Amino acid sequence: MSIQSTISIKNTTKIFNQGSSNEVVALKDINLEIKPHEFVSLIGPSGCGKSTLLRLVADLIVPTVGEITVNGKSARRARVEQDYGFVFQAATLYDWRTVTKNVQLPLELMGYSREERKHKAQEMLELVELGDFGNHYPWQLSGGMQQRVSIARSLAFDPPILLMDEPFGALDEMTRERMNLELQNIWDRTDTTILFVTHSIPEAVFLSSRVVMLSPRPGRIAEIVDVDLPMPRINEAREDPHYFELVNHLRDTLRKIEGEDG
Amino acid sequence: MRESSSAAGRKFIRQTFSLILILTMIAVVWEGVKLIGGDPWWPDSNPFGLEYKPPFRWKFASDLNLPHLWDIFGTFSQPARRNGPPLIEILVSAAFFTFREAVVGFAGGTLLGLSLGTLFAHIKIMEKGCMPYVVASQTVPILAIAPMVIIWLRAGWVSVAVISAYLTFFPVTINTLRGLQSPDPLAVDLLESYAASKWQILWKLRFPAALPYIFTALKVSATASIVGAIIGELPSGIRDGLGGAILNFNQYYISGPGRLWATILISAAVGILFFILIALAEWLVLRKRFRPVETV
Amino acid sequence: MNFRRFWSDYAPAVILFVAVIAIWEGAVILFAIERFILPAPSAIWSNFVENFDRLVGIGWFTTKEALGGFFIGCTLGIGTALATARWLTVREALMPFAIAANSVPILAFAPIVNNWFGVDNPVSKMVIVAVIIFFPMMINTVRGLTLVDPAALELMRSYAASEFEILFKLRIPNALPYVFSGFKVAASLSMIGAVVSEFFGGNRQALGVFITQEAALFRFENSWSAIIIACFVGITFYLVILGIERISIPWHVSFREK
Repeated sequence: MSIQSTISIKNTTKIFNQGSSNEVVALKDINLEIKPHEFVSLIGPSGCGKSTLLRLVADLIVPTVGEITVNGKSARRARVEQDYGFVFQAATLYDWRTVTKNVQLPLELMGYSREERKHKAQEMLELVELGDFGNHYPWQLSGGMQQRVSIARSLAFDPPILLMDEPFGALDEMTRERMNLELQNIWDRTDTTILFVTHSIPEAVFLSSRVVMLSPRPGRIAEIVDVDLPMPRINEAREDPHYFELVNHLRDTLRKIEGEDG
Repeated sequence: MRESSSAAGRKFIRQTFSLILILTMIAVVWEGVKLIGGDPWWPDSNPFGLEYKPPFRWKFASDLNLPHLWDIFGTFSQPARRNGPPLIEILVSAAFFTFREAVVGFAGGTLLGLSLGTLFAHIKIMEKGCMPYVVASQTVPILAIAPMVIIWLRAGWVSVAVISAYLTFFPVTINTLRGLQSPDPLAVDLLESYAASKWQILWKLRFPAALPYIFTALKVSATASIVGAIIGELPSGIRDGLGGAILNFNQYYISGPGRLWATILISAAVGILFFILIALAEWLVLRKRFRPVETV
Repeated sequence: MNFRRFWSDYAPAVILFVAVIAIWEGAVILFAIERFILPAPSAIWSNFVENFDRLVGIGWFTTKEALGGFFIGCTLGIGTALATARWLTVREALMPFAIAANSVPILAFAPIVNNWFGVDNPVSKMVIVAVIIFFPMMINTVRGLTLVDPAALELMRSYAASEFEILFKLRIPNALPYVFSGFKVAASLSMIGAVVSEFFGGNRQALGVFITQEAALFRFENSWSAIIIACFVGITFYLVILGIERISIPWHVSFREK
């Protein structure tokens, strides 16, 4: 192997409620290597275990079988050493903290000084174009703004990896497209590696360098598609014929998977 | 993730077990304190002149202030008066007497609360005019008015039931109103789009949605109505209930502290029993809503 | 605008209050109800003004008992909840006991506690108030510490936060609204508890004793005047808690502008 993988998932299986009557095999024999500064999307029908895979990488849950390394360390050590930032589907901001205090939360836990925290939080809020909203409370912002705060929070400590679990799932189409552009922009300007869960094929194709399609029950990798559209992607990429080709191809695969399943 | 039914069963067994454990611990600490700092103790029939002398003598642990548990439970079988029935008989009939006052008051208060809550939910001006009182009354020592209510009504146990009803109706009113208002406005819109009448909306949507709220209030009220009945008996001169028994045995505390403790134990049991009854009713009515769902 | 909203919110309540007082006064005059059955509001008021100094003294005595019990009960309740917050098993074991104990008529213990500390000793009332308050306070705090959004906990796990950090940065802030609703319940209960535990005997210069004795002698104006004091203290206590809540948790749902 010439380049070391940033995220390496080997022979990984996850079984929930093992041994009990409601046992579920969520993932079976997953093998996936993600190289530095890749943008990989996980996609598939609901219940295919894409969120489970992301949580395994984040060490929020532990695999039943298999080995996952992140930045060359165990997933657990990577979590403890804060190698990744995690963006949840809901913004998960703390009600009792102002926007800037929410962004500072991971920095507080990692022992940054007050000055550094303030500076860093402001910088991140400006990155997501919310520089003027630092003293607002989360509930005073719209859903899209809240999710941007949550992204700012995950970027605040410059993690080399971003794990994102359907971060734009709850947003309206317009906001979602704008957020896609912003995320592209952030990824382009930094050397962050991103693992991104979504249920939108166009979103996955637009954002990623690779799309991983999972099939459900038990979750397995059905297909991996390289997205060879030019970088950085701007709105025009959505009109590229090759973009449509890829989207249509993935749709067909998805339909086939769902056909087998149903 | 919901719990499966077997997990819920295990939890119930675990909790029952730990409840017994806590009660045992309290008993052990109680007697432990008596052992270290209580009064000297000797067996009832004592041919060898045995006597246990604790190393310390704490005032609060004396036989007067903290009787031995066996002395408290022992009083149940002894007559409270010479040649009278055993104490347990007196206390059980007192408990029934107080329970009846509480239940009658509880039923009346619940009916009133349900009607007021429903009325407030439908007539805005009533809610605005009356709700502040319902809320403010919770900050007012209602029980403090008890002596006067009892003296006015001069109606024996019925006036005590009025106190219980008074304590019951406030929480029920508030939670009925809150519960009836709890359904999503969209769900109301949906029914209205089917041209459902106000009554239909009330029965098919609002009332079922309000049930959990109402049961929460009923559980609070169950305890409150027992407290109300016991306190109401104090100034009423009624001597047939638990409140009367407490006053009575309090007067003779020096000669037999165990009897007051026994009375209080029975009062506690009545409170818990009423609460459990309501909780059981809640479970019967609402159990279908908590059917465990299997999810990943 | 603001005045208008204020008016539409509070006018019905004010009108009702005035109406009740007027009907009460009118009924007493019209039916010539004897003052030893039901005194007129005006008679109660003049009695209240006349005996104001004495009533304040009596009220203060009971208020001190309520406050003492409030602080002891809240401290112990929150303390127990915090101490057990980390251990799920301990909490699970304690909760059914606390709920059962909460449905016990604790006021029935007043005569025993009177015997322990002395009938005239304010401590005996404080202890009863503290025990009454302990259980709702503990139950509320435990709920606040444990009913945490699972996603919020997952976030903390993704930061590899310690139990201690989770407690201070997540569980305690999350519990504050629950603790305050506990305080509000406790504020009302403490005044009621203090007055009613005095029904079982206590210092002559205390509200509960005063109310029962004057009522037994059919001097209802005196009892009513004492009740006015009790209401006043109860409402003030409640409002003070409400004010502190507003300052401490301005972010909470209940204070968001519509």
